[in-house]
Amino acid sequence: MDYQPISGVWSYVAMSLKVTLIFTVVMVVVAYTTLAERRVSAWIQDRHGPNRVGPFGLLQPIADGIKNILKEETLPATASRVFFILAPILVLFPSLVTFAVIPIAAPLPTPAGVVDMIIADIPIGILYVLAFSSLAVYGVVLGGWASNNKYAFLGGLRASAQMVSYEVALGLSLLAVLMLAGNVTLTEIVWQQQQLGMWFAFPLSLAFILFVISAFAETNRLPFDMPEAESELVTGYHTEYSAMKFSAFMISEFGHMVTASALMATLFLGGWDLPGSWDNAHWYQGQLISGFAADGSVILASPALWKTLATFGGFAAKTGFFLVLYIWIRWTLPRFRYDQVMSLGWKVMLPTALAYAMLMAGTILTLDEIGLAYGFGYGLVLTAVSGMATVGFVFMLDRGRTITGAAAQRTQRIQTKTIQVGEAGHPQPEEAA
Amino acid sequence: MAERTIELNVSRNPEMGVDGLPKASPLAPIDIAEPDLGTEEMLINIGPQHPATHGVLRLICELDGETVVDVTPDIGFLHSSFEKLGEYRTWNQIVTLTDRMDYLAPLIYNCAYVMSVEKLMGIEVTERCKVVRVIIMEMDRIFGHLLWLGTTAIDVGAFTPFLYAFQQREKIYKLHESLTGARITTSATRVGGMMADLPEGWIDQLNDFLDHFPNTLGEIDRLLTGNQIHIGRTQGVGVIGADEAINYGLTGANLRAAGVDYDVRKDQPYYDYETYDFEVPIGEHGDCYDRYLCRMEEMRQSVRILRQAIDRLPGGPINVQDPNISLPSKTDCMSDMESMIHHFKLITDGIPAPEGDCYMAIEGSKGELGMYVVAEEGGTKPVRWRIRPPSFVNLSAIPKLARGHLVSDLIMINASLDIVLGEIDR
Repeated sequence: MDYQPISGVWSYVAMSLKVTLIFTVVMVVVAYTTLAERRVSAWIQDRHGPNRVGPFGLLQPIADGIKNILKEETLPATASRVFFILAPILVLFPSLVTFAVIPIAAPLPTPAGVVDMIIADIPIGILYVLAFSSLAVYGVVLGGWASNNKYAFLGGLRASAQMVSYEVALGLSLLAVLMLAGNVTLTEIVWQQQQLGMWFAFPLSLAFILFVISAFAETNRLPFDMPEAESELVTGYHTEYSAMKFSAFMISEFGHMVTASALMATLFLGGWDLPGSWDNAHWYQGQLISGFAADGSVILASPALWKTLATFGGFAAKTGFFLVLYIWIRWTLPRFRYDQVMSLGWKVMLPTALAYAMLMAGTILTLDEIGLAYGFGYGLVLTAVSGMATVGFVFMLDRGRTITGAAAQRTQRIQTKTIQVGEAGHPQPEEAA
Repeated sequence: MAERTIELNVSRNPEMGVDGLPKASPLAPIDIAEPDLGTEEMLINIGPQHPATHGVLRLICELDGETVVDVTPDIGFLHSSFEKLGEYRTWNQIVTLTDRMDYLAPLIYNCAYVMSVEKLMGIEVTERCKVVRVIIMEMDRIFGHLLWLGTTAIDVGAFTPFLYAFQQREKIYKLHESLTGARITTSATRVGGMMADLPEGWIDQLNDFLDHFPNTLGEIDRLLTGNQIHIGRTQGVGVIGADEAINYGLTGANLRAAGVDYDVRKDQPYYDYETYDFEVPIGEHGDCYDRYLCRMEEMRQSVRILRQAIDRLPGGPINVQDPNISLPSKTDCMSDMESMIHHFKLITDGIPAPEGDCYMAIEGSKGELGMYVVAEEGGTKPVRWRIRPPSFVNLSAIPKLARGHLVSDLIMINASLDIVLGEIDR
């Protein structure tokens, strides 16, 4: 059967449906991530969590939304009015718009043609993601500065420094992915993972770890929540915000989490790909193919509704895994200090990402020179090389070379002494008298 | 924050005008040129309303970027004039003031106060009372340390240990409640004994707590002690040497973390502490991490002491059998003439004290807690009542500890000193 991409007036219908659907789904997921965070943290901390509004507290996000809309909007007298209002908008926009280039499922066949399950399959996918995720820092910095509050100001400063620093490590850790995939389009990256026969988390394990750490820092989540740091800076850059403007900051934080999770799932866990090649589908020279035969001829794909649904389920599960990881880590770890975050970013993440990019470039070049076919064996060699690099990286981190004094932690630092009465040289009351 | 100077004429022999009156002092400020605005230190208030000041403490910080150039604690927001109020209350009425000072470990304050009064009056409490007081004091040492542990964890960003700690505190709250009827303002002690003997089943309840508490402590220990981030946040932060710690008058875990082996329970034992088998943890670096380790170990040692105290808890009366000190039972008051007279005298007059003054120090949860009372002959109220609050003295070291560190470290140092504003402001 010959599949053609959807075209004509139906493509506009499909596009508007996709935009509406994905935006709605993302917003609902954001709302329910706030609930999930509270429920999971409650579970971790041995308490109940919100369970009053609706069954299992399922209507809690709606109640929160209504509350935030009804609350009073405050505008500090000394705040810079325009930027104060602009900041939440600026911070909300990039966190949602990034989702446009992430493929969420296998192509869906319809009578009018095959619909790609992605809003905009633009050829500069990852660059678009990087560009828009960097824009989010403007909202944070503006919010901190426009509040005319010292805590907010410090929070904004921290946010700008931190996000700029980790942007570098994030971009560099992506280099390995781009080299292996040979493309910056996210659909192409998913396709290359299907072709390789394994998800990039294995052949590029160190890039995966670096990316996850940088993504945590990019989304300002604990242990990197320097800009907020409620025990130091009250709540940092959004100290002065209330009601819906505050809510916009919260939505953007969770929106960033969802987008980053989806991105990590796409780049390193195969996106919507499920194990096996039954669901593979990719546009190749005008044909929807599922792979290449040994002689180089194409194998045509057979998209189906159930395949689209199944792959969407896979994508949702992978994204959900990262969301739970975000929440789990937040409620387990303490927070870094500001300078430790910076030194981790510049002294550890950046050189490691650079060295790893070099290593992967060398390995990929060598494998291509040898003429090893791009496939499972190719992936295994890369997995071995990356595995060694990862072990070295973890070894280095574990030996306390990043955090001052951590090397001494294994040695017992506290001695318990049994002091006999009078032995310590302190006069007894009777003697003193 | 341009600097302005005001010149005042403060000379002893002011210049006289023609009318024989001193010339008006030049009070008007003399403007000087605005200094260069390039690098200015930022003045920031941490508190009195701030999530990490553990009460209403105001820390006035001078920041250079995020580095603390100087910090000045501003106290007194919670001042209630307890010491002066005490001069208008009889010996037993003062007990209710004491637990409002350290509301994180109220029973220790209750005990410390009555111990100083008993020492002044030369009252020897019964054996049972001694052991009961050791039990409630050690219980509240855990109580106070748990709050410190939870809030310190929050200040460092770890929320979960806070709730683990508070679940255990809740159990102690319940113990307080069944012992005294109140959860925080316990007022459990009386001169010469206790408000009431231990209720039925209280020891079982305490044993139940002791069975589960070490597990929870171990869980928190696993979350924090070996955690690289926690270590990075605490080791080498807020270091104070042994000599300086003594000079600043630090006591309690803050002093012991600096390597000074001074514990009032060991060095000036009271209530037979010398016969209990326990150890005092001593640090060596004097930083936040050592203070953390010391307090964690102290909680384990308190569990040891509690178990020994429960084992040796003797029977017999809890109050001294002296009608001039202890109230008779209500039944006796209603049926026995003499008891009724004693009851009347004790309620209307109070307990007469001999002339003199007395200082009594015990090891509180925050450090050496001293109570000084002065009485006149036959007085039923103190002439002067003065407290040596450990938190007050410990807080004075914060400018020294925090200078040169970052704001985040200042929060950590403040948390590690384990202060309670009730006793600082009194």
